[in-house]
Amino acid sequence: MNARWGGFALALLLVPSPSRSARIPEPLPGGELRFCLHAEPKNFNPLMVAEEPDEVVRFLTGSVLVRLNRQTQVLEPELAESWRVLDGGSQIEFRLREGVRFSDGSPLMPADVLFSLRSAFDPALHSPAGEPFRTNNGTPAVSQPGGRRILVSLRAPMAGVERLFDELPITSARAVEKSAHPEEMPVLGPFHVIQYRPGSSLLLARNPFYWKKDEAGRRLPYLDSVRLIIQQSRDLELIRFLRGEIHLINGLDAESFERLAAKSPGEARDLGRSLESEELWFNQVARAPIPDYRKQWFHSREFRRAMAQAINRADLARLVYRGHAAPAIGPVSPANLAWFNANLRVPAFDPDAALARLKAAGFTLADSVLRDREGHAVEFSLITNSGNKSRERLAAMIQQDLAHIGVRLNVVTLDFGSLIERITRTFDYESCLLGMVNVDLDPSGEMNVWLSSASSHAWNPEQPSPQTPWEAEIDRLMRAQAVETSFVRRKVLFDRVQEIVVDEAPVVVLVDKNALSAASRSLGNLAPAVLHPQTFWNIDRIYFREGAGR
Amino acid sequence: MKALRRAAMVLLAAIYLAALAAGWLVPAGYARQFRESPGVKPSAVFLLGTDELGRDAFARLLYGSRISLTLAPAAAALATLVGAMAGVSAGYWGGWVDTCLARLVDLFLSVPWLFLLLSVRAVLPLNVRPLESIAITFLLLGLLGWAGPARVLRAAARDIKSEDFIIQARARGASPLRLLRLHLLPNLAPIIAAQFWTSIPLFILSEANLGFLGLGVAEPVPSWGGLLAGLQNLDAVANCPWRLSPLVLLLLVMACFHLIVPMEDFSK
Repeated sequence: MNARWGGFALALLLVPSPSRSARIPEPLPGGELRFCLHAEPKNFNPLMVAEEPDEVVRFLTGSVLVRLNRQTQVLEPELAESWRVLDGGSQIEFRLREGVRFSDGSPLMPADVLFSLRSAFDPALHSPAGEPFRTNNGTPAVSQPGGRRILVSLRAPMAGVERLFDELPITSARAVEKSAHPEEMPVLGPFHVIQYRPGSSLLLARNPFYWKKDEAGRRLPYLDSVRLIIQQSRDLELIRFLRGEIHLINGLDAESFERLAAKSPGEARDLGRSLESEELWFNQVARAPIPDYRKQWFHSREFRRAMAQAINRADLARLVYRGHAAPAIGPVSPANLAWFNANLRVPAFDPDAALARLKAAGFTLADSVLRDREGHAVEFSLITNSGNKSRERLAAMIQQDLAHIGVRLNVVTLDFGSLIERITRTFDYESCLLGMVNVDLDPSGEMNVWLSSASSHAWNPEQPSPQTPWEAEIDRLMRAQAVETSFVRRKVLFDRVQEIVVDEAPVVVLVDKNALSAASRSLGNLAPAVLHPQTFWNIDRIYFREGAGR
Repeated sequence: MKALRRAAMVLLAAIYLAALAAGWLVPAGYARQFRESPGVKPSAVFLLGTDELGRDAFARLLYGSRISLTLAPAAAALATLVGAMAGVSAGYWGGWVDTCLARLVDLFLSVPWLFLLLSVRAVLPLNVRPLESIAITFLLLGLLGWAGPARVLRAAARDIKSEDFIIQARARGASPLRLLRLHLLPNLAPIIAAQFWTSIPLFILSEANLGFLGLGVAEPVPSWGGLLAGLQNLDAVANCPWRLSPLVLLLLVMACFHLIVPMEDFSK
């Protein structure tokens, strides 16, 4: 009996009092983080995720073999404690981490990884996650050479293949079966879904079996839960943030950012250039239903370069994005630390040089009207999607800039469906203004843009063979870098691609938009990055500061 | 009341004249971007400040008024004219004419115009100059907006047709044309006028909505619709109340229109 009381007394001494717990060094565990999803999640099967809300849920609840550190842009081990690229990029071998468990307590087995990879690669399943691996050469083979090793054998060498596994979720057959009921789905990520109210919210709770620990040996994540509020209106999202109802906003537009910065300066975060840019290109499709003399303009390198020179990009960044953008240097943003060609410079705004270039190419300016050799007044249309205020303002500014060199630009805003129809199927347009996002940092992820045969080769897609020598050169360089294993040699090749694009100006990259976000002061360990998901990419380490409202 | 009506007429005329004299009042024009002065407050140089691109807001308001005050009433007149012809014909003649026209009105009102307008935009040429795009926009509005007035006027015509004075006139041998000209149309005039006046603000706002489909007035030409669309950012409006000037002007113009048209006419 005495021993029992003695033990109780000792326990009382060891249990921290409230005052002592207040002195526990940060990060403090607990609290509910809240932020908005901008649409209803449609698919909880991590292998079939295709849209942004589904991707957010997958990021918070799922796990991958290797994870890209959004700040350093370097791959880090996750479920795989190590990996090796073999056979000149034809194979990659992962060694799985020991002791990883799903949120229901069941262990992660090599069979689960085999299932995930095979399902993602299966052409019949059409998993978006496995799409980059499915090439004309076939799909990769997956095997377990022994122990906790997993070997992925590609049909052809693929440079930088390891980075693709950052987007390839690891799950299990059991989890996929239960994906229609997310509350019952075992997951490997820091959180698991415990409540889903369609149209309203999604509540995620800490995964008690999450494998990661912090430097002090405490089990991550620090947060108890994450509530995702389904809220389409970005205006209401900002109001909720200002009221303290939510803690994070990703991807603010410049106007909202300014409003927030005026009201709560410490919570608005401008992270500098992002991977999002605004671009203008001229239709160079041979069969496009536009007059031949206009096609000749658009095929002329001098014409395209003159247009690029006549647009004041600094003004676009300053006025349309209120300074939260920068004049674009080339097709790759400096935010892409590894692949940006630092030798390139922002093309100078010089209307006089643009006019001189046009005159040298046979154009003449008389009575403020630019005419080509045959006397046609230079007038063409610029299409962009309606309802996008920033883009409409960009178009108005470009219109005035080009008017200074005698070009009449007719701005036409179209609904997005009609616009896509015109630029991908009928090619019934003359020039187009749209935004581009580089989701993949590696140049191999941009093969669908730069290859002349690619469907996203905006100015002249799906060419049976390159129609210009410089496109043939880009094709050659892109294919060479895709099978080259040395980063240095790949960089040289891709730098040259960027130089050709700037020199030939098939696409005039106007501005690189800044990554704008909002984060509550009450959060600790925040490390916003320009890559998605900007504010919560390190969700397992985010915590509420001491004394912060939870 | 007469004094008020006269004041409204003077005010409306002043607004119209100012709009017509915009080129003289603000020589810099509506499109010029003073890029070093974006979003500035009202001053002696820029009476209503500038927009985000540094364009003179007063100039844009005047030029926008010129367009909207000319084309919205024109579109309203077109819609009312077509609607009156269809509605009065259906209501007066009845029978198969009424059945056919009533079905046509129902059809027009039930068609999802959004999708139809998308198709219309898809077949229009891209190289349309701003002034042509304005004309197309308001012509479309006028042509598509007739069904509402037609339905109202059909009901009114049917009511009036069964009135005693019409029966008496018919009994005295008045021809259908005479009945229409001397008895029906004069009695329908206030309703036709009401349809016309109430259509104007609707068309102004419809033009703003059409902008989302690429059918609105194209940049850089201003219109009231486009200027009103700029009021969506409530926060910005709260900080810069002068940005409400297009709305104030619209309300003022509509009030003037209603004062000019005697209210007693509507209640007949």
